[in-house]
Amino acid sequence: MTSGVAAASPARRGLRIGQQRALWGYAFLAIPLLFFATIRVLPAFSSLYISVHEWNIISPNRPYVGLANFHALAADPRFLRAAINTVRYVLVGIPAQMILGLGLALLLRRIVRLRGLYRALYFMPFITPIVAASWVWQWMYSQHLGPLNRILQAAGIPAQGFLRDPDQALYAVTAMVVWQYLGFQVVIFLAGLEAIPRVYYEAAEVDGATGGQLFWRITLPLLNPTLVFSIVYSTIVYLQLFTQVLNMTFQDQGGPLASTLTLVLYVYHLGFHRFRMGEAAAATAVLFVVILTITLLQMKFLSRPVEY
Amino acid sequence: MRKVWTAIAVAAAVLAMPAAGAGQPRVTITYWQYFFESKVKLVDQLITQFEAQFPNIKVAHEHFPYDAYNQKVASAVPAGTGPDVVNLFYGWVPLYVDSGYLQPLPVEAFPPVQLERDYIPMIRGSKLDGKYWAIPTAVRSLALFYNADLFRAANVVRPPVTWDEFQAAAERMTARDDRGRITTMGFGIAPSGQDHHLLREVLFRQWGASPYSSNNQRVTYATDAGAEALRWYTDLITKSKVGAIDFFPGAGGYRNAFMAGRAGMIVDGSFAIAAIRRGTRAAWGVAPLPGRTVGGAPSNFGSYWVHGLTKRAQGPRRDAAIQFLKFLVSEQTQRLWLDAVGELPAYKRLVDDPRLVADPVFGPFVSALPHARATFFVDEAAQRQVLVDAVNEVVLNNRPPRQALEEAAAKEQKVLDEFWAKRKRP
Amino acid sequence: MGARARIDPRTAAGYLILTAGGLVVAFPFLWMVASSLKPLAEIFDVRFLPVEPTLENYTEVLTRTQFPRWFANSLIIAAITTASVAFFDSLVGYALAKLRFPGRDLIFVLILATLMIPTEMLVIPWYIMSSANGWINTYWGIMFPGLITAFGIFLIRQFMSGVPDELLDAGRMDGVGEFGLFWRIALPQIKPAVAALCIFTFLGNWNAFLWPMIVIQTPNMRTLPVGLALFSGEAGSSWNLIMAGSALAIIPVLIVFVVLQRQIIEGIVLTGLRS
Repeated sequence: MTSGVAAASPARRGLRIGQQRALWGYAFLAIPLLFFATIRVLPAFSSLYISVHEWNIISPNRPYVGLANFHALAADPRFLRAAINTVRYVLVGIPAQMILGLGLALLLRRIVRLRGLYRALYFMPFITPIVAASWVWQWMYSQHLGPLNRILQAAGIPAQGFLRDPDQALYAVTAMVVWQYLGFQVVIFLAGLEAIPRVYYEAAEVDGATGGQLFWRITLPLLNPTLVFSIVYSTIVYLQLFTQVLNMTFQDQGGPLASTLTLVLYVYHLGFHRFRMGEAAAATAVLFVVILTITLLQMKFLSRPVEY
Repeated sequence: MRKVWTAIAVAAAVLAMPAAGAGQPRVTITYWQYFFESKVKLVDQLITQFEAQFPNIKVAHEHFPYDAYNQKVASAVPAGTGPDVVNLFYGWVPLYVDSGYLQPLPVEAFPPVQLERDYIPMIRGSKLDGKYWAIPTAVRSLALFYNADLFRAANVVRPPVTWDEFQAAAERMTARDDRGRITTMGFGIAPSGQDHHLLREVLFRQWGASPYSSNNQRVTYATDAGAEALRWYTDLITKSKVGAIDFFPGAGGYRNAFMAGRAGMIVDGSFAIAAIRRGTRAAWGVAPLPGRTVGGAPSNFGSYWVHGLTKRAQGPRRDAAIQFLKFLVSEQTQRLWLDAVGELPAYKRLVDDPRLVADPVFGPFVSALPHARATFFVDEAAQRQVLVDAVNEVVLNNRPPRQALEEAAAKEQKVLDEFWAKRKRP
Repeated sequence: MGARARIDPRTAAGYLILTAGGLVVAFPFLWMVASSLKPLAEIFDVRFLPVEPTLENYTEVLTRTQFPRWFANSLIIAAITTASVAFFDSLVGYALAKLRFPGRDLIFVLILATLMIPTEMLVIPWYIMSSANGWINTYWGIMFPGLITAFGIFLIRQFMSGVPDELLDAGRMDGVGEFGLFWRIALPQIKPAVAALCIFTFLGNWNAFLWPMIVIQTPNMRTLPVGLALFSGEAGSSWNLIMAGSALAIIPVLIVFVVLQRQIIEGIVLTGLRS
């Protein structure tokens, strides 16, 4: 990969340049690493510390309780429910977001006229404030008054419960989340597609490749860094789903009957509504390990070196 | 050089100047509450008055969004910041007391005998370990709001007095489209609104199940009587279909439905009066909560927000905070509060005011205060969830009410046990 | 490619799909705008368009609240944070993708790992830190947690990995310094990604709620989301005002998007030319 200079120069000089470059690398990273260490890593360790203590935020006392918080989690059916739900959000939401996002980005790139307008249209959901957007979505899903059920009934399908039906609520919320992140995903894919140099397509077209071949042989492989980013980052986001669920089910958060509850919403309730910071921190530690494992696996199996 | 000396001399003089510095604010205390426009405005006015009365005390008034207020207060505690006088929901007080955040009210300034003489009995819930830890300016209770136009259209001649009448009225007012979808609810049902209080302190009791043991340590509603009460309530959704949960979206959706003329009746707290007055198009009225039978024992849920002294108020700040607290709960403030905010005063003699009792809107709330009970919450979020889930288990999963209630009671008992176990710990 | 007078049926189909999808996608947004034009008496009518459209919600939001102040606070915070993130995240992303040094991949994983702790668990340590340093109720206090983001570093690293090494080596031969290689050669190559990063960072800070809510004490420091939260109170929410406030809040983000998305398009053209 590093061919150019290093190969062309005498070995010893190359080493020196290599060391120099490494120093530059550390120099570029110094401030940001210090930043992450104080703003993120240190608090994360304090959270880890709290996970083996009992703490209600307000009290100065934090008795050590060993693994009791973890045992409490294991015994809480809501925690298990939240974990299963979270996996469901990931498994349904991410494929939908990737496929729709890529399809739309490819379409948006084809058009010339009103390009800006169309892009803005698909970006709107992502910038609509979540409180307002959730209210509108709840109206659309409204069992008795909502337009969705009116459409279904016009088509001869019985009215559905949507957010009021424990079997449907999670998917109803997922639809809203995908709707919202679509704008994000489209922008990322557009940027990724733009980063693919045109020459490859031109060369392939000269060789008589079809549209499908162009997609599978050039677009998809060269989009790999963007795809890896999208899948890994979205997985992290979906595993930490919170705001959308909170707002879509504001009166009975994570309900009905915990059917939409996510791990982070569970953590938030434990920590900030019930002031059981120890258990909240324990759940966070579990979540962290799960996310880290999944991310590392994804990075390992999805990343391909970019070869032109 | 001379300038420096002069500066030091001036500084020394300022430091040496005691209370004598007329008009010079010597102590600054901080008061926190949640944002409620009329309250915030009133407290600003009160502070101006107070500062005129005590020229050497300055009060910083800070307020925060309602939905995140408790989180905000709690977050400030471990950092050692926050207010000297804090406004808290009464149900949160035990946690703040057990965590050492609140100071007991000083007996000299607030003698318990006097408090118990002056205040309505509900506030005794804020007495822990024989001490008062916080006191309210105002209190609330529940009543029935009704849409008088819908009453008339449905030939309901007067507000219901019993729950049977209530159900009949709700049935008459409920309107559905040709597919059976509700277009107007007879009753704006809302388990996660005020209805979980209604169940706990009103329906359970009237059906003959006392929700908790007298020492607040045991959950006792999971009986046949309690199950019958729950069945009656859930039948409103599943059998007579006079209401639907989340008919309107968002927090307070049931109230919005009422204001929009799409709910004939709702059970709501007195804190909702101002919003309903402003936003309701139809003619509306307030009636006392119905009873199981005519002339049967009435019951109601009362609640209140209290002002407490935090551990941050020490030394001269503590003295200043005590003065401010006294001012905040004074009879004069309570009167102003009723006029400006529309919340019921907490003093017996103000509540007994015949003009207030006769008021068509405040009357039903005020007359409920003597028999209103403030549930002793130890973990309000969890305890609410338990009952909301019990309703949903019956409504969505067809679980028998008795079984749903037993599961709820078991979960809630666990929450209570943990609280009391910690209290007994030295 | 050459003849653009005739409409190619596939392009027409593309427009058709995009228009239909766009209407579906924009519907909730349009509903919000329509609601913001409804008088209080109509806000709960289940009707899409207002019968008597009014601007009174907007005038109330703009004149009866401190909306202009919230708006200005949010603008300052989002702008500064975006500038900081654009610079630092690009720098780190570049270093992680294009410079070789021991521990590089480990550092990347560590940075990525910081994304995996939900913010909800960090606000109390941040608050304690802010209190100790006197940052509470200051602009710095509101924005410090977001000045460098793992999200952006990850994004930039992925895009930087697509920048050909030959380009950098050629620069080195020309005697360009290490910072110059990043700033003048690598960064222009990934303009679309930087533009996307700026859009997302601006938006993220514009909408941030939990941490600002915790760290802000006085009304004059409130940001837009914290201010808008005042419309949801104990006696329910003023949906007419929330809708109007939200519609107003969208405007700057939309401007940022329209301006920067052009960079996403222009970026390609340049890359194409150079390659």
